[in-house]
Order: sequence, then C-alpha cells, then structure tokens
Amino acid sequence: MSRTIETARTYLRPSKKLPTVWCAGCGLGIIMAGMIRAIDRVGPNRNDVAVVSGIGCTGRMPAYVDFNTLHTTHGRALAFATGLKLARPGMTVITAMGDGDALAIGGNHFIHSCRRNIDMTAIVCNNHIYGMTGGQYSPTTPHGKRGTTAPYGNVEHAFDCAALAVGAGASFVARTTVYHVRELDRLIEQAIRHRGFSVVEVVTNCHTSYGRMNRFGSPVDMIRWMKDSAVSVARAGSMSPEEMEGKFTRGVILERDMPEFIDVYDQLAQRVTASPAAVEAVVKILESYDRSHDRLRI
Amino acid sequence: MTSEKGKVMVLQGNEAAAIGALAAGVDFFAGYPITPSSEIAELMSRSLPLLDGRFIQMEDEIASMAAVVGASLGGARAMTATSGPGFSLMQEHLGFACLAEVPCVVVNVQRAGPSTGLPTQSAQGDVQQTRWGTHGDHSIIALAPSTVRECFEMTIDCVNLAEFYRTPTVLLSDEVIGHMRESVCFPQAGTFKLESRAVPTEGLPDYCPFEECGEFVAPLSPYGGEYRFHVTGLTHDAHGFPTMVPHEVDHKIRHIVGKIEDRADDLARHEELATEDADVLLFAYGSTARVAKASVRALRKKGIKAGLLRAKTIWPFSGKRLNELADRLDLIVVPEMNLGQIVLEVERAVRGRVPVHRFGRVDGRLFEPDQITDFVLREVGR
Repeated sequence: MSRTIETARTYLRPSKKLPTVWCAGCGLGIIMAGMIRAIDRVGPNRNDVAVVSGIGCTGRMPAYVDFNTLHTTHGRALAFATGLKLARPGMTVITAMGDGDALAIGGNHFIHSCRRNIDMTAIVCNNHIYGMTGGQYSPTTPHGKRGTTAPYGNVEHAFDCAALAVGAGASFVARTTVYHVRELDRLIEQAIRHRGFSVVEVVTNCHTSYGRMNRFGSPVDMIRWMKDSAVSVARAGSMSPEEMEGKFTRGVILERDMPEFIDVYDQLAQRVTASPAAVEAVVKILESYDRSHDRLRI
Repeated sequence: MTSEKGKVMVLQGNEAAAIGALAAGVDFFAGYPITPSSEIAELMSRSLPLLDGRFIQMEDEIASMAAVVGASLGGARAMTATSGPGFSLMQEHLGFACLAEVPCVVVNVQRAGPSTGLPTQSAQGDVQQTRWGTHGDHSIIALAPSTVRECFEMTIDCVNLAEFYRTPTVLLSDEVIGHMRESVCFPQAGTFKLESRAVPTEGLPDYCPFEECGEFVAPLSPYGGEYRFHVTGLTHDAHGFPTMVPHEVDHKIRHIVGKIEDRADDLARHEELATEDADVLLFAYGSTARVAKASVRALRKKGIKAGLLRAKTIWPFSGKRLNELADRLDLIVVPEMNLGQIVLEVERAVRGRVPVHRFGRVDGRLFEPDQITDFVLREVGR
C-alpha cells in the first residue's frame, strides 16, 4: 500500500497547492490517487496528459496534479476537452467532474460526448449532492433524500449516470466506489486504454452535506454502505430484482468497439484529399488566394 | 494590404471571412448552426480537412466557444462564428478566454434581436454586448467590416490581434455585410503579416504562463509542449493558480483591461471621407457606413459640408480622432441599426463640445441614403 501512495505523491504538484480544499474523510482524494495510479500504469509522458475539470469540489482536482491542467467553467469540462483533444490528438485527455457538473449543467455536453466517441476519459465523481455550494440536491440525489434545497425530501428522480452513458452511446462504461480502490485503479486504467469515449462513475461520500442531512453517519459509515450496496456485474447477473433492491452494480458495465471520432475524421480527410472533385471544390473557393492553395494536401 | 494582383471574385462577406481565417492559418473551427452566419461554418467544414485542420459541430454555442478555447490552449489557431442568440451563449467562455488570456476569434454576424428577433434581418444591436456581455471587468477587441474585402482582411486582423494580445477578438459583422455579394480582389499571400503568439524559450526552470516578465503579455506554451501548467477561470497568480491575495487579484484584472485599453489609440483604425472641411460629421460603422457615404455625397450636392468618420475598430473605443475633429464641427450625427449604442462612446469622447444626435433604425432594414440625408437636413434646419 505504501508503494501506491508513493506513486501518487510523485505526481502531486509542489506543496504550495496542498492541502486540498476537500473536507477530512472526503472520497475525492481516493479518486484523485486512483486516477494518478491509472495514468502511471498506462505510462504516457506526463507532458502529454491533460486533466480537465469543471466547477465544484471535483473541479479543484486538476490544480493538485502535475500534468497539463485546465479548470474550466461549470459543466463544460468535456467541451473544452473536446477542442483540446482535436487540436492535440496525441494527448491523453481525462476529465474529472462531479455529478451536478457532469449531469445537470453539463448534461448536454455529457450525452453528446458519449455519442461522438472521441478518445477521452470522463470520471464522474458521484456524491449525490452539490457539495461545494452547501448541499443542494443534484440530478443523482435519490428520490426522497434531503438536500438544503430539498428540506422535506427530493421530489425529483435521480439519473443513473452509467445507464445514461450507455444510452447516449459511450463505448466504455464502468462504475465503482471509493471503497473498491483496486477496482477503481483498474477501471480508470481500462478507460484510458480504451480507444473511444469512456465513462467511469465513482460513487463517493459527501458526509459533510449529504451524509449529515440524511443521517448517514461518518465517512466510514458511508463507505461501509458502498461496500454493502455495490454488487459486481457478474454477481448481479444471477440476482433477482428483489435481491438487487437498494443495490447497484459495479465493474465494467459496457465495452464496445466503435469507430473513434478523430480516426474517422482523419480517414475522411485522407479520402477527400484523394478525391479530385472535393479538392476542386475547395480550390475554387480558395483560388484567388495562393497561400491557402499551397497548404492544400495535394 | 494593397497588392491588387489577386484574382477578382464575386463573394459574400461570410465566405470572405472564412477565406480570411484560412489565410490567417486558422486550423480549428467549432461552431453551431445559426442564421445568418452558417456559411462560415459550412466553408470551414469543407476546407479544413484538406488543410490539416479540424472542424467540429458542437451541441451548442457554449460548447463551441469552450472547444475553441481548449483547442487554442493546445496550440491551434481557433475560431467560431455565430449570431445574436449564439453570441449570448458564448459570453460565458469569452469571459474565460479574457481572464485566462487565451487567443481566439469569434465572428458575430449580427441579426436583429433581442432574443430570437429577426433571424434573417440585419442589425447592429450587439455593439455594447460585445464590450460588456460577459460578467466582470475585462476588455475586448472588436473590428467592424464594411465591405466583403474587409471581412477577409479583418478576420486576418482578428487572428493577429488575438495572438499578439493573448485575448479573444470579435469580428463584428452584420447580416447585410455577411450576405452581400460584391467583387473582391484579395491580396496575395506574403503581402500581409501574420502574427503568432509568443512562446516561452526552452529550458526555463520556472515557466510562468501569466507573469508579465517585462513584456506586456506572457509567452503561452501549448499543452503537450515542454511545460506543464495550470489554467483556471478562477482569478489566478502568475503561475496560473487561484489566488485571493488582494494585490495579485488587483494586478490580474488591471492587466487584462490595461493591455487593451491602454493601447486604444494604437488599435484605432478609421476611414475618413471629406472630413477636412466638414461642418457635419457622420460617425458610422459596418453596413450603415456604406449608406452614410452616399449621404455625405448627397449632402455635399445640397451645399452641406458633410463628412464621414467610419470606425473600423469598435473596441477598444478611441475618441482621439473624434476629438481632433470636434472643435471644427457644428454637429455629429450617429446613424446605427440600434437605438443608441456606439453613440454613447461618441458622446463620452466629445464631452458636450459639439452636439451629438443619434439616429437609429431597428426595423430589421438597412438605412436608405435619403433617410440619413433627410435626417441631417432636418437637424441643420434645412
């Protein structure tokens, strides 16, 4: 164990940025360390790694890690990451988002990123609440549970993040919890290695807001609940709906081969470059202007 | 940009803007379809795959602008194009690009608003939104073309200024200019200058992406390059990390405003027509300036000494030339396709030394020369 902590430590930025803003006992540090270990195992040059986030407690994660880091606006991490990946396809691009960030204000970017299948990894840190702003209900707050804007219980119904990703067309979808640390490392590693858009939902604890308002106890109590409630995909397959009541699956939920966006785009560019008609059309547009003409790949 | 050796073509303003972008080396475009700007995205989607660039149609304008900023941080010359409703959505990341000092270009082909307004009709209602649309203190550079050729030239200028000042720039076009077709002769390559952002020297022990280091903007290393660094929409220090230290925050905000506003007079570009002996000055920009030109000629025929000062640079606004002319004038008339936006800056510049009369048209139609001519005649008591 000490070796894995050491690995994480070598990727942290100089002490100026530490300690983190996160509450003692928060699961986000576990996810950050898992992400670091996964990157370390995949082994890209760290100059070729970008970690992109939105707003909220999870949004602060990039500041602590020694990669190219981009802390964007609320919900938009994937949109910024999309532009970066298209400009720098050789980079390993990972986004870290909270549940409100990824699925409420960023919901549109999330589903369209799944559909496009650009080779990036989205880590969704699901603590079922808006933590940084003080415990307002989020799109993953279960029906009936309390938040500071749901003082009598949540009227709405929660998104199942992983199911949403599957439905929207992601090519790799997995879920785990901050209790299942070895699985966490492995799933993020698999997600990074997968060529296409990958989603890893990580169930984590916000004992400060969500836990306190719903009397879930200490971080240890909440993590124990994860241990008891998360059922591996293999085991869940042989369980009845009644047995699965109140539980959720963990592991690789979906993995499929789908053409990756930039691969397809570049193949297409090669094809049109070889097509006299297409080149002719663009030359016609640019013919008055010789520098553009020179830049044509013909 | 005076070479006339290029081939003469008949093009619309939007096409010329896209060709200008390609001429300036734009190699990334993210956009969302919107009238009356879509031709730009269409032309970019067609051309970029053949020019080693990439195009993507995003899910909305918020995402388009975000992708543009992300691509620029990766080292691309990145651009988007939109119109009113989309420009409103882009304000979020225009602000991000201002604070994080990320070069990028937005073409706003203005249409009549507010809200959905008149999607196919022209207006100049986004002038103040361009300046103040995103929250917080910041500054911005915006140029307004009046001809198809200027759509080409000013898009190149926008790219150059964005790269040089490390800031977002706006080509403030309008539906009339965007969709108007006229013959245009582009300059030959090599006859205009292309700017590239400053990049840090190799082997720095401590690269500061936001430290001024004696220069007015810090060199910007691309992600995936030699240096790893942090970029955030939080107010940040020289290393890019969030700060709440009052003097660091104060410095940052004054820097992003000052690097542009302090150079307003250098950035100012005008076209003048018959201003030498003018008693009445028309101050106009964009499509309205074309009409104002015809009015100046008509007024001269009627014995009114009229002149035109056409602003090519809209933001930062410079009152320098106006002030040089002001003492010789009896009247300034500001026709614009809104109910008074640039006129506020004109009034502020001349500080009551000469009467400034606003003349707005907001029915989605371009001014007619007689309208402006008649307005001036009435104002001078003829």
